Formats: sequence, structure tokens, C-alpha cells
Amino acid sequence: MAEKKKKLLQGNEACVEGALYAGCRFYAGYPITPSTEIAEGMSVRLPKLGGKFIQMEDEIASMAAIIGASLAGLKTLTATSGPGFSLKQEAIGYACLAEIPCVVINVMRGGPSTGYPTGPSQADIMQAKWGTHGDHPAISVTPAYVQEILTETVRAFNLAEKYRTPVVVLYDEIVGHMREPITMPAPGEIEVVDRAKVTCKPEEYFPYDDKYEVAPLAPFGTGYRFHVTGLNHKQDGFPTNDPKIIRENNERIMRKIENHKEDIWKNEETFLDDAEVAVFTIGSTARSARYAVNEARKAGIKAGLLRPLTIWPFPDRAVAELAKKVKAIIVPELNLGQMVLEVERCSRGATKVEGIHRVDGEPITPAQILEVIRKYK
Amino acid sequence: MSAPAAPEKKEKISVPFDYNKYLRPNKLPHIWCPGCGHGIVLKAMLRAIDKSGFSKDQICVVSGIGCSSRTPGYVDFNTLHTLHGRALSFATGIKLAKPELKVIVVTGDGDALAIGGNHFIHTCRRNIDLTVLVFTNAIYGMTGGQYSPTTPMGSQATTSRYGSIEKPFDACEMAKASGASFVARGTAYHTLELEKTIHEAIMHKGTSVVDIIDACPTYFGRMNKYKSATHMMEVLEKDGTVSVKQVDKLPPEKVQGKFLRGVLHKDERPEYCEQYASLIMEKAKAK
Ligand SMILES: Cc1ncc(C[n+]2csc(CCOP(=O)(O)OP(=O)(O)O)c2C)c(N)n1
Ligand code: SF4
Ligand SMILES: [Mg+2]
Repeated sequence: MAEKKKKLLQGNEACVEGALYAGCRFYAGYPITPSTEIAEGMSVRLPKLGGKFIQMEDEIASMAAIIGASLAGLKTLTATSGPGFSLKQEAIGYACLAEIPCVVINVMRGGPSTGYPTGPSQADIMQAKWGTHGDHPAISVTPAYVQEILTETVRAFNLAEKYRTPVVVLYDEIVGHMREPITMPAPGEIEVVDRAKVTCKPEEYFPYDDKYEVAPLAPFGTGYRFHVTGLNHKQDGFPTNDPKIIRENNERIMRKIENHKEDIWKNEETFLDDAEVAVFTIGSTARSARYAVNEARKAGIKAGLLRPLTIWPFPDRAVAELAKKVKAIIVPELNLGQMVLEVERCSRGATKVEGIHRVDGEPITPAQILEVIRKYK
Repeated sequence: MSAPAAPEKKEKISVPFDYNKYLRPNKLPHIWCPGCGHGIVLKAMLRAIDKSGFSKDQICVVSGIGCSSRTPGYVDFNTLHTLHGRALSFATGIKLAKPELKVIVVTGDGDALAIGGNHFIHTCRRNIDLTVLVFTNAIYGMTGGQYSPTTPMGSQATTSRYGSIEKPFDACEMAKASGASFVARGTAYHTLELEKTIHEAIMHKGTSVVDIIDACPTYFGRMNKYKSATHMMEVLEKDGTVSVKQVDKLPPEKVQGKFLRGVLHKDERPEYCEQYASLIMEKAKAK
């Protein structure tokens, strides 16, 4: 077997590799630490592949541009961090309702406001779900390793195309700026989902055809002339005031995600079979947690780790099952308490839930987590 | 008619234009009030598109939010109704992704110059091939008559009951200063001239901005004591503007305080998508 190609890459560089592997051919963005390397990488790489890069005047324009380019048939990406992620929210909601696939990277830094631009954070977890107004579906993936940033970025594009929705890739500054050796996937090695082709006659095409849960999207300029709006709409894409259709429109965009959580969820379980105390966390914090759990095992404590790679839709079933088995679920996170609320909700009082929170711009250490694990031995 | 008409004139008396070719008849009636200027502009736009020779599949019409921004819903092209102020950004994405599309942006004065002002400036600066039609009615129509960035000083609006104290923008001056390579003004009153101007804008390669003065009789008209929609058109569009072709022949007092109509600026500057293809793609591929 041919030697696999290895590279020493930064997290944000791996994101570029993942996006290109997935077939992304359009990037629009506005520079912001700690995500800027993604824009820089895309600006160099895309034109070589016939793709387009544009630096827009702000994050609102960037988000709008990737939605427009996606409607023109390309796989599209933007990357940002806290303040920029806030600016993108209105247009993210547009992509949810108009069902336009696209991928948004949010490399989390300290907030609120300008906060701590060069410090890591995991404080945008709730924003990734609730950032835009109104009820809306949300898919968010949470890689913790440089290799995983590549593979999860590919998965984000796949989910975006499959479910015709924006997908957010959330990782913290530590993972974004860390360098690790990674193995470059060969073409065809990782599944790449391309946009469903439209084959019907133009006069039979509806952009939101109610025959489908997720109707195929025809690119603009291919003979399927249709209308797209951010207003509640009928299957033909035109606005409506019909309460029944408005309800159906709102419920279906939720249902298309809700009904396929099995497909979207992805969890990594470490030592959970016989665990008496479990840690639930993501990103760089999960790296500390893995170390802490290993140390606990060496000390004879039956500790385990549940690490979601999909944080939205929230892994409610995995948490509910875990809660029935363990004495406690510990939730370390670089914020003042976001995931912990979801874990409490999903464990329904079946176990004790304890958060570990840190917002001083420093990572949560293995020792911090181990100390709490010891309380439950 | 006895004498054969000159070719120029003949063009003007053309057979009744078949708007249905471009309208989505089952999406009508439109939402606009009786007397609203937006419908007149829509018709001029359709005639200009027809003259341009682009097929319906090649045309993409993008808008923001506002009464004017409802235009795309009524016309049978690739159509996109987006967010308030962001039409140009969506359109930039479409155009750069697929330069073979002819992208026309329909936007209100509030949409283009207030919430979307930054995108307006930067779109012009890039000189990306978008045709931008600004429906300037000096008011926020859709939200019920608040003052806009083009409301004249002293005018009434629901948020300027004591008269507006803000200096209005001149969209053409701003477009020119920002780098748009085609800048023109028309009015709903001068509808044949408008058709020609929009046609020229469509045929131009680069960012082409047409500022179109039209009337909102429902809000601007009523609050500023205009007798009727036609009265508004006469005062604001007919008497309130002067053609650039006549401006040199008129005494200064006849020009003062009036908006100029016609093509106000035109230059041949490299277009963004072409530059991207020739400079960036070529260089990158060579490396
Ligand atoms: C982010 C946002 N802010 C405010 C609004 C409310 N809004 C809708 S249309 C509009 C003004 C439209 O005015 P203009 O662009 O001049 O179009 P017109 O209705 O006059 O044609 C406003 C303020 C909105 N839809 N979105
Ligand atoms: S409110 Fe004004 S701009 Fe809106 S449709 Fe009525 S007349 Fe036209
Ligand atoms: Mg207006």
C-alpha cells in the first residue's frame, strides 16, 4: 500500500484542506482573529482550482455572498470568530428558511464584544443554536483535533448539502492554532456528498417541492427559473399568508433535521461501558478531559468520556442513557455554563451534573477535571 | 399615418409591448398602492431587458427588503428576494460564482443607501458587473413612511414630523465617488428615457447604477401635501429634474436645486469578474 501523505498543519490550515476536499469552490469572508488563516489559505488555493475567493466589506456581506454563490450552484464557505459570527446571524437565518446549503466556521475566542481576541473560548455554543431570530434548525459540529478539523469540515459540507441548510463548525482558538501531524485523505477515501441533481422538466420544478422532505435545489441559470425569499413561502418559493402553509413551512425545516438526528449525531465514547463518573465536553477541553480520564483510570477510578462531534442537534439520547448509568456527569467548558444546561435538561435528574467553567482566557487543565472526578469515586 | 416616420420616432411608437412575456401572471396583483411609481419602473425595466436580448434564463434579479424590493416576485427570471440592505452582497456572490449570468439588483433608497450603504460603496468600488436600480422615493414605504437617506431637508415623514434636518444623499454622486463605471439617473415620469437608460446600464460592463426618482404617494405624497400621484410626478420628477443634454443650454436659475437626468458618468474600467479570471486565476494556475 502506498505510504499515506503526512503533513504538519495548523487547525485552520486543516480546515482549508477539508473544505477543498469537500469540493468547496467559493469563499467570502472578513478577517478576524483567530480564524484569519482560513481566509488566507482559501485566497491562495481556490483560484488554482478554478474557485472564487472574495474579501467582502464585512461579515454580513460575506454571509450573504456565500448564500448567493450557493444558489449559483457552488459549495460555499465563510469563516469568522465571535463578533463576526454575531454579524452573520441574520443571514444564517435566511439560509435556514430559504434552505440554502453553506458552511460557516466559527473559531471561538473570548467574548462578549471584542473580549479576548487571542484567547480560547467555548462561549458561542448557544449562539450556534440560537443566534438568529425565530425557531430554526441548527447543525453544529465540534472537532477537537487538527485531523478532525479536516474530516469534520468535510462532514459539515456533506450535512449542508444533504439537508439543504447552513452548518456551523465550532472549534476554539487552541485547536484552531495548534499544529499537529495529520494524514491527508486520498481522493475518494472520505465520503463527499454532492448537491442532488434536478432532473425534472423546468415547468414541473418547485424549489420546495412538498413531495420531498428536502427538495433538490437547482442552481440559478440552469433553466429552472424560480423564486427564493426569506418570507414564509409555498412549495413554489413564493410568499404566502396562508396560516396552514406558514406552519408547515416552519415545522418542516425543523423536522428535516429532527427526523434525522441519528444520521447527524456523532459521539466518541471512551471507557463508558463500566464508567461510574463521566465527563462530557468538546474541543480543546475534551483533550484535557481525555488526559484526566486516563489518569483517573490509572488511579483506579472508573471514569469515562462522552465527546460529541455534533453538538447541535444536541446528543440528547446519549446523555439521557449515560445519566442512568453514572453517579455524575462532569461538564467542563470554556464559558460560564452553556452545555451544562443541556446536559442537565437531558439527564432529567437521573444523575448529578457538575460544570467546570473557565473564562480567563486559559484552558481547563487535566488537573482541574481530575480533581472533580475524584469527588465522585 | 401618411408620411413615413423617421427611424428614431418609429422605435418610440413600437407595437404594444407584451409584458406578459416576462411577468408571472399568477403572482399578480402586486402589493403596490395605486399611484406608486414602482410599477412604472418595473415596466421600463422589462422593456429594457427585452431590448438587451438576454434570455430569461440568463437574467437574475436580486432585491433587498422594501416595497420596491418586491419586484423580483413578479418577474419570470431567476429571482431572489433577500434581506434588508444586503441585496448587493447576495448579488455579488451570484455574479462571482457564475459570471455568465446578467445580474440586476432592484433596491429601495433605504435599502441601498441606509442599511446597505456600505455594500453600495464597496460594490461600486469593485466595479463588479451588476446593474443596480435604486428606486428613490425619498421615504421608507414598506414600514409606513419614515424618512430615508434621500428625504429632502424640511420634508415630513412619520419620524420627521417637524421636518427632516438631515442632508440627503445624492446616490449618483456617491456611486461615482465610489468608483461605479456607469452612473445615471432617470424618473418614472420619463418612462421611455428610463427604459433607454436602464438598457444602457444593462449593456455596460461593470457596476452600473441607475438612481430612479419615483413617487410614494401614500406616505411621502400625503405627508408633504401633494394633491395626487400625478401632481407628485409633475413636481418632483418632471419639474424637479433636468436632462444632462439640456443643462448647458439652460440659465443657471433653471438648473439650481434640480436633479440631473441621463447618463452622468461612464468610464471603461476593468470589471471585477474579468479581472479575477485574468489576473488571479491565471497567475494562480501558473504557480
Ligand atoms: C434588518 C431590518 N431592519 C429593518 C427592517 C424593516 N424595513 C423593511 S423595509 C424597510 C424600509 C424600506 O425602504 P426602502 O428601501 O426605501 O424601500 P421602499 O419601501 O421605499 O420601496 C425597513 C426599514 C427589516 N426588514 N430588516
Ligand atoms: S407605500 Fe409607497 S412605496 Fe410602498 S407601495 Fe405604497 S406608494 Fe409604493
Ligand atoms: Mg424608499
